[in-house]
Amino acid sequence: MAVLRRDLTLAWRQRGDMALPVLYALIVTSLFPFALGPEDALLRRIAGGVVLVTVLLAMLLAMDAMFRSDIEDGSLEQLMLAPQPLALMLGMKILAHWLATAVPLIVIAPLLAGMLHLPTPVMPVLLLALLLATPLLSLLGGVLVALTAGTRRSGMLLALMLLPLCVPVVIFAAGALAAAQEGLPWIAPIAWLGAALVLAVVLAPLACATALRIALDS
Amino acid sequence: MANWIPLWLHKLSSPPVFYRFAGRWRPWAIALALVLGIVALYGGLVLAPPDYQQGDDYRIIFIHVPCAWMSLFVYAIMGVASFIALVWRIKLAEVVAMASAPIGASFTFITLVTGSLWGARMWGTWWTWDARLTSELVLLFLYLGVIALCHSFEDRRQGARTAAFLALIGIVNVPIVEFSVNWWNTLHQGSTIRLLGPSSIAPSMIWPLLTMTVATKSYYIASLFGRTRTDLLALESGKDWVRQIAENEARA
Repeated sequence: MAVLRRDLTLAWRQRGDMALPVLYALIVTSLFPFALGPEDALLRRIAGGVVLVTVLLAMLLAMDAMFRSDIEDGSLEQLMLAPQPLALMLGMKILAHWLATAVPLIVIAPLLAGMLHLPTPVMPVLLLALLLATPLLSLLGGVLVALTAGTRRSGMLLALMLLPLCVPVVIFAAGALAAAQEGLPWIAPIAWLGAALVLAVVLAPLACATALRIALDS
Repeated sequence: MANWIPLWLHKLSSPPVFYRFAGRWRPWAIALALVLGIVALYGGLVLAPPDYQQGDDYRIIFIHVPCAWMSLFVYAIMGVASFIALVWRIKLAEVVAMASAPIGASFTFITLVTGSLWGARMWGTWWTWDARLTSELVLLFLYLGVIALCHSFEDRRQGARTAAFLALIGIVNVPIVEFSVNWWNTLHQGSTIRLLGPSSIAPSMIWPLLTMTVATKSYYIASLFGRTRTDLLALESGKDWVRQIAENEARA
């Protein structure tokens, strides 16, 4: 809990960094109508997918910094030496990171979707899909960030490694949105996302701890 | 009892022993790959009859299918080697896992290229977002991620161990991707060759295919041995046995 409180305080002290992914998502979304033309029908059809991918990219942008400052000032090594289980503390760190980056993005998602004329009935499904998909991405990303902890340049590498892992997440989240947009039942892909999230909550912190021990073991 | 098998494996995992073992078998593997490859190409491109629907275009399967099998087979080998490297900390397993990655990536790349050449004639498009094509592409990205992660560390062994962990994550991920993209979109034809039960492919077409499979396997062994030998030399460059090899070569 102390780790969570400390990380949230740190994030709050640097509010500018928190706003960056939100601004990024806003800019990317507003570029789509320019690139594809402002027709309502087209924008309505792609709105869900665009918001989803934009949020994902914005999270990727912030993911690199998940353990960055802790590695630089050595507090991550302190955590690894602490008597408390490392997986639990890393889970708290990932939760803090999710609260600081993904929650603002979810809050702004209806605005982004509105800019692209997403039909109102689909909006709750979008929020639900994001609520399940973003923690999943944070957890998967946490494992990969831990793997790259020992390296200096990791931005592009992280994107390359995260792509195969986020393909299923995007497919299921977008599947739910597409089904909702056509008025079909959308609960099945959402349930899959939920199942994956439960699995990730249990396994990802453990994998993250193992990865960190391997990457910093020297 | 058959005590000599674990003993032999244990000895083989020592770098100098494996270096000599790989050096002895590598020429044979190359020769086998070349001979079988030429026989399979002759059988596939000349002897096998044209397909009644696809004409001569189907002949690309003699390259495409063995490479696609190899792309998965090499990943499996890499995963097993990574597991051994992480659990028992055997140096040789790290080297084998990392030497497999570029070979597997090339097989995956060849599969994608030959597949899109065939798709351009048969489906009328170079690329389509079909389930199998997409999972093969994701597999390529997994390979590239492992290679890139391995090379981004200054310490070779640490890079290898970290990349090995990524390879293990990938092994869990491959079936998930396979399932999710199948659910998403499918166009690719089903399998026509089965290990158990009758295959729905003519015998005159299947023997070159199987020969080519053996050829790609022995090419993999040859390439793996060559890469492992160089990596072992680089990794152990301070050790006595490497110095002896270098001195012997300088004398000769």
